[in-house]
Order: sequence, then C-alpha cells, then structure tokens
Amino acid sequence: MKTVFEKTSGLTEKETHYCPGCTHGIIHRITAEVLEELNVLEQTIGVASVGCSVLSYDYFNCDMTQAAHGRAPAVATGIRRVLPEDRIIFTYQGDGDLASIGMGEIVHSAARSENITVIFVNNAIYGMTGGQMAPTTLTGQKTVTSPEGRNTAMQGLPIRVAEMLSTLDGATYIERVSVHDVAHIMKTKKALKRAFETQKAGLGFTMIEILSTCPTNWGIDPEESLSFIKEEMIPYYPLGVFQDRRKEKG
Amino acid sequence: MVKVLMKGNEVIGEAAIQADCYYFFGYPITPQSELVAYMAKRLPEVGGVFLQAESEISAINMVYGAASAGVRVMTSSSSPGFSLKQEGISYLAGAELPAVIVNVGRGGPGLGNIQPAQSDYFQVTKGGGHGDYYTPVLAPSSLQEIAELTQEGFRIADQYRTPVIILGDGMLGQMMEPVDFDAVEKVDQVFAKEWATTGTKGDGGPKTITSLDLNDVLLEERNHRLQAKYQEIRDKEVKVICHYEEEADWFVVAYGTVGRIVQSAVEKAREEGVNVGLIRPVSLWPFPHETISGFSETSSHILVVEMSAGQMVEDVRLAVEGKAPVSFYGRNGGVIPSVGEILEQIMKIDAGVTVR
Repeated sequence: MKTVFEKTSGLTEKETHYCPGCTHGIIHRITAEVLEELNVLEQTIGVASVGCSVLSYDYFNCDMTQAAHGRAPAVATGIRRVLPEDRIIFTYQGDGDLASIGMGEIVHSAARSENITVIFVNNAIYGMTGGQMAPTTLTGQKTVTSPEGRNTAMQGLPIRVAEMLSTLDGATYIERVSVHDVAHIMKTKKALKRAFETQKAGLGFTMIEILSTCPTNWGIDPEESLSFIKEEMIPYYPLGVFQDRRKEKG
Repeated sequence: MVKVLMKGNEVIGEAAIQADCYYFFGYPITPQSELVAYMAKRLPEVGGVFLQAESEISAINMVYGAASAGVRVMTSSSSPGFSLKQEGISYLAGAELPAVIVNVGRGGPGLGNIQPAQSDYFQVTKGGGHGDYYTPVLAPSSLQEIAELTQEGFRIADQYRTPVIILGDGMLGQMMEPVDFDAVEKVDQVFAKEWATTGTKGDGGPKTITSLDLNDVLLEERNHRLQAKYQEIRDKEVKVICHYEEEADWFVVAYGTVGRIVQSAVEKAREEGVNVGLIRPVSLWPFPHETISGFSETSSHILVVEMSAGQMVEDVRLAVEGKAPVSFYGRNGGVIPSVGEILEQIMKIDAGVTVR
C-alpha cells in the first residue's frame, strides 16, 4: 500500500491548545515538515515567543527556548553567536510580540543580518491576551480595545512589517505569504523552505510573514476567517517577496 | 606574581575572561563603558564574542539566549540601564539560567548622574524584577576583590543555575589599582550543562527552557524548587569580612566603596582610643544576618554607612532585631562620604550622642 500522508517527525505527539479554525496548527506543521525535509531537526533551536504560540515548545520536536515578550530575536541572537554555524535557529512570533513590544529587537536583528529565520504570524490582533488591537490591526477593524473600529486619526495606521524590514540592508530574504487556502499553504511552505535554506547557507536574516486567522477574537467562524484574510488582509498586506539578496550574498 | 595597574571596569572584564567567560553582550552607559570597550577589544583576541546590543533589554536577552546554549556569559550596565535589565533577570531566574550581570551603580533616581552611589541596593537584593526570586549579589570593595568575586560569581551562577550580580559603583569602576590576577583562585569545578538547548544532535530527546507553567500547581512546584535553591545559597554562600570582631565594643556596617572608606575611619577612630570594629558584607544577598545578629548581642551600637538614603540599614535592623541601637549615616546623589565625616559620626556615637 502506498503511503500518501504521514505525520512529520518535526512535531511531537502532543495535541495543540489552539482554537478551532486557528491556522497556527498549519504553520507549525509546514515549518516542521521543512525542518524534517532539510534534515536539520537535531541541530535546530527554536525560540518561542509570548502569545498563543508560547507553548510551541511542546509541539516542535527540536530544542526550544522560551523568550520574554518581543525579545525572541535577541534571544536567538545570543544563541546564534555562541553555537557552531551548523545550528539552525528560528523564532516563532506573533504580531503583538514582534511589531509592538519587540519592534526594537526585530529591527536590529535584521540590521545585523543575524543568521536566523523569523516566522512572523500576523493575524492582525492580540490572540492570547484576549483580542486587543495590535500594531497590525486593520483600519476600522473592531477589537476589544478599538471597539468602534481602529481609528487611524487616534491610533495610527497598521504597520507593514515585511515592507519596513525590507528597507534594511541586512535583510536577506523577506516574503509575505498566507495560509487561507491550500495553494497558498503550499506557497508558504516553499517560502519557509527558502528561508531555512538561506540560513543554512549562512546568508543572513530571513523573515517569512504569514497572514493567519484568529476566529475566536475576530468573532467569526473559521470559514469566514479564511475569507477575511483573502478579502480584508491581503489588500492591505500584499503577498510577495519584498527582499531577496540571496544571490548577491551567496 | 605580577601586579598590573588597571581601571576597575577593565578588571571586571579581564577577570571574566580569566573565569572562562568568552561571551559578552552589552550596551554603553557611564560609568561602566570601559568594560564594554575592554570586552570589544579583548574577546576577539581570545576567540570569544562581543556584541553591542541595541538596548540594555536586548543585551540581557542575548545573555538569556547564550546562557540557554550553555556558555558562560556576562553583561554589564549602570543604574538606569540596570533597571531595564530587570525583565530579563526575572526570566533568567525563572528559567534557571546562569549568567553574571554587573551593575556599576551611579546616582539616581531617574537619570540621576554619573557619580558613584549605592542606591540600587533594594533593587539588586530584593529581586528587582517581577516574581518571587533572588539573585546572589557580590559587592567588592577593591579591584583585587573584583577579580576574586568575578570568579566566584561564575562559580555560583553555574553551581546553582542562577543569575548572579556583581555590584560596584562609579568609584570602583573608574579608579585604578594594582591587581594580581595570579593570586586569584580559579574555579576548577566542572559544571555539566546537559540541560542546555544546543541542538539535540540525537543526544536524548528535545530540551526546553522556559519559565512558564500555566498550571498553578506546577508553577508553585517551580517556585518551591527555586526557594529551596535560595535557601541552600543562604546556607552556603554568605560572605562577610569583619575587622576587630574579637575586641570591639561596637560596629560600623558598610559595603563596597563605603566599606573601604569606613575602614580608614575605623582605623583613625581606634588611634583615638575608640574601640570600634567594622563588619563588611561582601555578599549582599545572601545577607550576613547571622554574623550581624551575633555581634548585636554584645555590641553597644551599630552604625550603618551607605551611599544611599538608607537601604542596607533595613537588613541590618532585621538582623539586629532590637538587640542594639542602630543608627544610619548616608550620603546620596553621588556624593562620596569622606573619612573625616564618617570619623565624626563614629566619635559622636562613641560619646553617646544620638545621631539618628
């Protein structure tokens, strides 16, 4: 009998705590598949951030260190600078973590071109903390701390992180992808693979921004959540490669 | 046995390297910047890594990452910058990661100034960051002692898997003194770090470093484990130096820079016939409660001198438990008390004048 699907060895047996319809599970799986396919699980150290993905250390089948809110790129820098070059180091961060409290850490890690891969999960809201406004919350989007919808005159405009970091010379590979349908999930996996391959080649800072859902805090069902990504998020957060210096650095 | 003339901040750096610490993540702030510069120059020479972080917060989190990967690592700062590091120190304590953190104290609060002060005592000895934790704090009073205590700091950090603080001040950081590194006893214990997240390399299952326990019972267990460790440190790691402890009628208590100034004042007072001694806590946490408690049984008075508005004096009062009168003399804002003014306090107390 031909095996058509197998669980990746990049994930542990533990059941995740994520809400129904949340796409963290998909992102975990394709990240783990990439690490398995590249045969680097035993030399990988992941850095879990604060937020829904804080417990990702229970799910990824590799060494994991948990960082304070926003500080994952600094923690990853510390690991990168003291371990041999063959180690693969990634951070897994949400938008509140990376784009708000951790903005300094991500900007300077990119500027230094730390040879790490940042998996940036953007769902335009604070998930674990209970649905508050994030730096990435869309204009007009309702959250518990923007109950009338994000008012840009008062709360400013959402931050496009991929575009912003792409302006830094240290950024080697930056792409924004989405996981709202199968075709895009496959593209996301390819982007992750490119990012990890880039790191493996020692070419410097890579970040994959992944548009993701939060049905619970968006207050809509899982299917509508996928449509929300497609119809509301992608127009403001266009998909694509924003920086690619692999050739010039390779 | 060769003595070298060095600046205090540089002694800290050299002592760290001699304690096999080859990784330093820092951020410049006066009056500790020479340490950052020293590491930037020296670490690449010995095959180590120096990185200037974008902030104190980032530096301490780089330390967290390096410590989680199992290496000896150091960062340093001065008071306002040290405040920023508190978040990371709480995480280091929670995740039980060893590291040495240097605070070359200056006048505060707020931006304060760049003169020496001891007004961070509460912050360094009472946890400082959030949660139930302590950090061992070592307070040298000479550059030779910096070399010794830096070695000790790394030993304690590794042995107990805990962040350790070396507390100096702007005077110790900026002054120059001859130091004999050959006379410093090296830590020869080997500390296996099988818990470090270095990539499993097929060596057992994946490892995790975290300070999170969402389950309250599990978090309580973690806290119990931490508290048991802190008790062991209290039992084994108290360091205190006493002068004239056999004969003195009463004592002055002072640490660090002030400890050595007080020592001069005590000598002068004794020349004038005052039978006073000196108790100099070297570990501020664990605090030498038992030593001070013991002397307070027979001491007619305890005077505490600090470069602060009075912080360690609270621990002294707890140790004395009312068995002897305790008075306090302090200068703050970066003012260094002179031998003369401390001598004046000693003479007043000896003459029975109530100081405070």
